[in-house]
Amino acid sequence: MLRLEKRPTPSRFWLYATPPVAVILTMIVGGILFALMGKNPFEVIRTIFWDPIFGEFAFYLRGQLLVKAGPLILIAIGLALGFRAGIWNIGAEGQYIMGAIVGASVGLAVFPTDNRLIFPVMVVAGAFGGWAWAMIPAILKTRFNTNEILVSLMLVYVAETILAKASTGFLKNPEGMGFPGSRNFSSFPAAQNSFLYEPLGLHWGGVAALVTGILAYILLTRHQAGFQIRLAGQAPRAARFHGVNPARLVVMCMGISGALAGMAGLFEVTGPAGQISIDFNSGYGFTAIIVAFLGRLNPLGIVLAGFLMALTYVGGEMASTNLGLPDAAIQVFQGMLLFFLLAVDVLTNYRFRLSVGGAVKGAK
Amino acid sequence: MDIGGINPVILIATLMASAVPILMAALGETVVERSGVLNLGVEGMMVVGALGGFVIAVATGSPVLGFVGGAVAGALLSLIFALLTQVFLANQVATGLALTMFGLGVSSLGGQGYNGIKPPPTGQLLPDALADLPVVGPILFGHDWMVYFSILMTAILWWVLKTTRLGLIIRAVGESHEAAHALGYKVNRIRLMCIAFGGAMAGMGGAYISLVRVPQWVDGITAGAGWIALAIVVFASWKPWRVLIGAYLFGGITVLQLNLQVAGSAIPVEYLSMAPYLITIIVLVIMSAGKRGKANGAPAALGQNFHASR
Repeated sequence: MLRLEKRPTPSRFWLYATPPVAVILTMIVGGILFALMGKNPFEVIRTIFWDPIFGEFAFYLRGQLLVKAGPLILIAIGLALGFRAGIWNIGAEGQYIMGAIVGASVGLAVFPTDNRLIFPVMVVAGAFGGWAWAMIPAILKTRFNTNEILVSLMLVYVAETILAKASTGFLKNPEGMGFPGSRNFSSFPAAQNSFLYEPLGLHWGGVAALVTGILAYILLTRHQAGFQIRLAGQAPRAARFHGVNPARLVVMCMGISGALAGMAGLFEVTGPAGQISIDFNSGYGFTAIIVAFLGRLNPLGIVLAGFLMALTYVGGEMASTNLGLPDAAIQVFQGMLLFFLLAVDVLTNYRFRLSVGGAVKGAK
Repeated sequence: MDIGGINPVILIATLMASAVPILMAALGETVVERSGVLNLGVEGMMVVGALGGFVIAVATGSPVLGFVGGAVAGALLSLIFALLTQVFLANQVATGLALTMFGLGVSSLGGQGYNGIKPPPTGQLLPDALADLPVVGPILFGHDWMVYFSILMTAILWWVLKTTRLGLIIRAVGESHEAAHALGYKVNRIRLMCIAFGGAMAGMGGAYISLVRVPQWVDGITAGAGWIALAIVVFASWKPWRVLIGAYLFGGITVLQLNLQVAGSAIPVEYLSMAPYLITIIVLVIMSAGKRGKANGAPAALGQNFHASR
């Protein structure tokens, strides 16, 4: 009979092997799903994972990868810091929206200025918007012990109604002939987040994502605050004896993740999305949760995971236009990836033992 | 007897119906959390139940079979959660989030081609002679069977959890899995069954949205109802009758907010439609303020996985 046995120490091999194994399992089961839908599974998998990098239109699609990966990485790194400490901010989508609204408002307030300094000011305002939105669950958690999961999530719905109000009301383009949506930043060069190097899809958001990845890695491995985060997650009691202030940790982790999500929103709205519109947010705040886990809550891993998840977005769009694969199939595919990751992860801390008639033999 | 363009009798009658989805889902989650499992996938199980119920009801023409289908769909999805958390010992928070994302994707994939179809109607249970009575008629007798069923389930769960041996076992597993294991109870198996029950309840709640409340199939039809159900469990301190009160309060706010929109209130529509979420947050704050730690009635082993080392 198969049974689980706890490993004395977590397996380093499986810590790194889990994500690739989960991706392969997802490809197999996803392929079966695509086959059931009447598509050629090999063609779909190739379209999603191969064509964006090496296919016919790769010169364009490769750039799209960083465009999608940037916000995912930026948000996921912030979330991972909190997840490591056992602080569950799952309302990044709301912080992303609020960052975009606050940052864009600052820029649009001084339209049509030529001063390029407005862009950094908008980035700071965007980070502030996300930070402030994340402070609501953080303060409620530390002051009243309110569950941060539920509050941060409820605030996503509130942010979505504010977004609807912004694009049809207070940020609506006065020259938009009545259409919802703000002024387009492509006609506002000073405040625009244009490509720095178009073939790679590099804009300031991508730069911020890569720099944040490195900074967060240094924070976690070399800095006192990073040590406190890891300690609080792995041994809350020991953390308290060590003098970690749980309330300060909550405010710090929620604040960082909110500010990063807000920045991601600002980069998106001034760059690829172009304007505040009712549906400019495309669920990055939720997908970033998958990215954080896929990257093993490690900043450098998250950078890789962000690119992989961007691949499923870009390739998924290709599969949807070329092969008629519904968008929802990609959503299912991403959900499956997280399931397999969580399932395979058991091998990091446990091993399977095959016991036959009293004799115990190792398996796997 | 209208107040500000709103008839209070109609208001109470509608709030009882509008509370059914969150009441069912929150009751199921109460049992799950009482057994020590935090399943954040309620939203996913509800939306899959909404689709399952809709598809079966349209295919068979029977709304009752539709609700059964919704329950089966929700329970099947919850078994993924049970497999991951009880067998593979995965983190419950992460798995629950994954379940919600997966459920939303699966339902939107499976629901293609069902837009714009009308499901078979679920009628009023009792004869018109009773439902037409003034005041008490619409409130007490004018509902479909699910409204009565959800109240009945509240009573049954209260009775089971409070007075029966089964309820004692579930609570023991949720308070101290080590002690329950030492007494010889199969902790993970009991939890697995609670999770499946929670999934079935959430699925039926979801089916009520697509078969009665809306009634048609739209992507993401639950619109956060599952998360509100989770909040109501906390609000109710894990007690079934308080879950009913919470769900009715919330149903009342939702209906009132819709009625105010229709009645042309001076408050802008956007602020009215965010009211349910804001009020949920305020209620959560009030319920958790001043009660540090476990004093708020949360099961002691909530969210912790159990692995029998011996």
